[in-house]
Amino acid sequence: MSLILDHIDKSFESVQALKQVNFEVKEGELFGLIGPDGAGKSTLFRIMASLLIPDSGRCSMLGYDVDKEYRQVRQIIGYMPGRFSLYMDLSVEENLAFYARVFGTTIQENYDLIKDIYEQIAPFKKRLAGRLSGGMKQKLALSCALIHRPRILILDEPTTGVDAVSRREFWDMLKKIQREGITTVVSTPYMDEAELCDRVALIQKGSLLAVADPSALAEGGEKLLYSLRSGKGVYAYLDQIRQLEGCRYAWLFGDELHVTLRSAADDAGVKKVLDSWQDDSLKWESIVPSIEDRFMGLLQEESDADSEMEEGE
Amino acid sequence: MSRFFGFVKKEFQHIFRDVRTLVILFGLPIVMIILFGYVVTTEIRDVEVGIWDRSMDQASIQATQKIFSSGYFVPAGYLDREEQIGELFRSGRAKVVVVFETDFEKNLKRENRASIRLITDASDANSAQLAQNYLQGVLMNYFQSLNPDINAPWSVQVKSRMFYNEELKGVYMFVPGLMALILMLISALMTSVTITREKEFGTMELLLASPLKPREIILGKVTPYVFLSFVNALTIILLGFLVFKVPVVGSLWLLMLECMLYITLALSLGVLISTSAKTQQVAMFMSMLGLMLPTILLSGFIFPIDNMPLILQWFSSIMPARWFIVIVKNIMLKGTGFVYIWKETLILLGMTLFFILAAVKRFNVRLK
Repeated sequence: MSLILDHIDKSFESVQALKQVNFEVKEGELFGLIGPDGAGKSTLFRIMASLLIPDSGRCSMLGYDVDKEYRQVRQIIGYMPGRFSLYMDLSVEENLAFYARVFGTTIQENYDLIKDIYEQIAPFKKRLAGRLSGGMKQKLALSCALIHRPRILILDEPTTGVDAVSRREFWDMLKKIQREGITTVVSTPYMDEAELCDRVALIQKGSLLAVADPSALAEGGEKLLYSLRSGKGVYAYLDQIRQLEGCRYAWLFGDELHVTLRSAADDAGVKKVLDSWQDDSLKWESIVPSIEDRFMGLLQEESDADSEMEEGE
Repeated sequence: MSRFFGFVKKEFQHIFRDVRTLVILFGLPIVMIILFGYVVTTEIRDVEVGIWDRSMDQASIQATQKIFSSGYFVPAGYLDREEQIGELFRSGRAKVVVVFETDFEKNLKRENRASIRLITDASDANSAQLAQNYLQGVLMNYFQSLNPDINAPWSVQVKSRMFYNEELKGVYMFVPGLMALILMLISALMTSVTITREKEFGTMELLLASPLKPREIILGKVTPYVFLSFVNALTIILLGFLVFKVPVVGSLWLLMLECMLYITLALSLGVLISTSAKTQQVAMFMSMLGLMLPTILLSGFIFPIDNMPLILQWFSSIMPARWFIVIVKNIMLKGTGFVYIWKETLILLGMTLFFILAAVKRFNVRLK
C-alpha cells in the first residue's frame, strides 16, 4: 500500500473536521477524493502532507508515519495546496528552478517527467507567475510539485476555478503521470472528474460515505432512478414532486430533475399525477445512475439518518 | 548547501522586485538621517528677540549689540510698551523679549548692579529654555569683560568645556541613536514582514511540506537582510561623516563588528515576531509599536535615561538599542576600545542568543 489512513480524527476547536476517516491507496493508483466544499478534503490533504497531525488514528505514506517520520515523508511527496501557492513575483522559470533546488535537484534531471506539461507554459517562462491565467498557473504548480519526481503526488482541488478545456487537459496529464508509476491522490468538487479516477472516496462533513471504483459506485446506486425534463424548466416542479407519495428523493441535476422512487410500483402513480399537470413538454424516463446520482443518494440517506437521530433524542 | 543558496537567491529576487521594499530599505535611512540632522536639532540658531530698552543709554545699547552679534539671535523689533510683549509673542514674531530697566547704566555704575528682564515664549518649553540659557551666557560674558575690576574681592570663575562634542552639536547625539533606530527598524520589520508574507500567500505551506529544515528557512530569509542592513550601517556612518562631519574616532572595525552583532539581534527579533504574527499587517504593527516607539523613547536616544522614573529606567535596560547607543558613542565619539564596552557587548550577545533560541523554538514545522 502506498498510503494508509487509519481511523483519522481531527478537530479544530469545537468543529470536528474529520471523523474516523479510513482508507488505503494502492501503489500507482489514481485515487480521487470527492466531496463538496467544507467536507474536510483540505484537512485530510494537509495531514497527508505532514502539515497537520491527526488527533487520533495514523497516516502513513509509503510506510513513513506523517507524525514521527515527517522528514522522510516530505522527501517523497509532491504536494499542491488548494490555493495557488507559488511566488507571484518570480517568473515561471524561477519558480520551477527554486522548487527544484529546494528538493536538491535540477530542472534538467527530471525534465522528461514534466516535459509534456511544462512545454505548454514554456513560451511564457519569463513571465511572472502572478500574470498567468488560471489554467497556466495550475500547470506551473503541477510542474513544481513534480520536479523532484515524488513517489506520491497529492493534489488538493487542482481544477477548481479552471476552465473546462484546461480541466480536461489537466486530467490527461494526471493519466500520464500515473503511467510513470507515481501514486496520485486528487480531490475535486466536480462529479464528472470522479469517473476518471481508478477509485474514489466520497466524503461529506468529515465522514467517508463510500470508497469504490467509480463504475461500481454508480451501479451500487439507486435502481429506481428517473429523470424528469420539461420545456418550461423543471425547477418549479421540484416541491410538488417531493410531495408525491412514491417519491423517495428528488434533486436538481443540471436542467433536469432526478427522482428516486420507493418501489417500482410507484412509477404508474407518478405518471398519472404528471399527466394531470397538463404539460406536454414533460418527459419522464428511467435512467442509469451516474456517480453523481450515487453521491446525491448517499448524501440524502446520510441527512435522513441525521434527522432521525435528532428526532430520537 | 545548494538548497540554501537557492533560497537566498529567491529572497534577493523578492527584495529587488518590490519597489516598496527598496524604498524602505534604502530611502528610509537617508531620509531619516537628513531629517533628524537638519530639522530636529537641539541647537539654537536665528532666534527672534525683541528689545524693550527703557533707558537707551550706552550700556544697554552695547548689550543689545552684543546679543545680535553673537550669531544666535536676530532682532524682531524694538518695543516701548509693556503690552507689545504679548502682541509680539502672539503674532509669533519673537520668542524672547529682553527688557532693560530705566537708568540701566546709572544703576550699573552707582550700585554695581542693574537688572535685565528676560521674557520667553515658553509654549515651546525646550527652545525657550535653550534661548534663555544662551542669552544669559552672552550677557554675562559682556558684563564681565566690561568691568573686570568690579567683581567681588574674591571671585570664582567657572570655565567649562564640553568634551567629545565641544560645540554641543545635535548630530553627534543623533547619528548613534539613528543607527540604533534604523537598523532595528529595517532588520526586525523587514524580516518579520517577509516571513509572514509567505504565510499570508500560502507559500509557507509548500516550504514546510518540502525537505527544508526550519533553520534553513529562517537563515535563508535572514541572510539577505544581514547584508543590506550592513550596507545601511555604512551609509549612515558615511552620511554622518560627509554631511554632518561626525567623525569615527575609534576603530571602524570594532564599530562594524558591533553593528553586525546588533543587526543579528534585530533580525532574530524579527523572526520571533513572525512566529506569532499571522499577517503582514500584524507583523508591521508589532514591529512598529513594539520596537520602534520604545527604541525612540526609552533608549536614551532623545530623552536622557537618568531623568526617567525608576520603572521606565528598568524598561530601558531591556532595550537593545540602549546598550548599542552606548557602544556606538564610545567608539565613534570617545574612541574607546573594547575594554570599555565589553559589558554592553556581552548584554547584546546574551539578548541575541535568547532571541535566536526563542525564535527557533517557536518556529513551527507544521501548520497550526
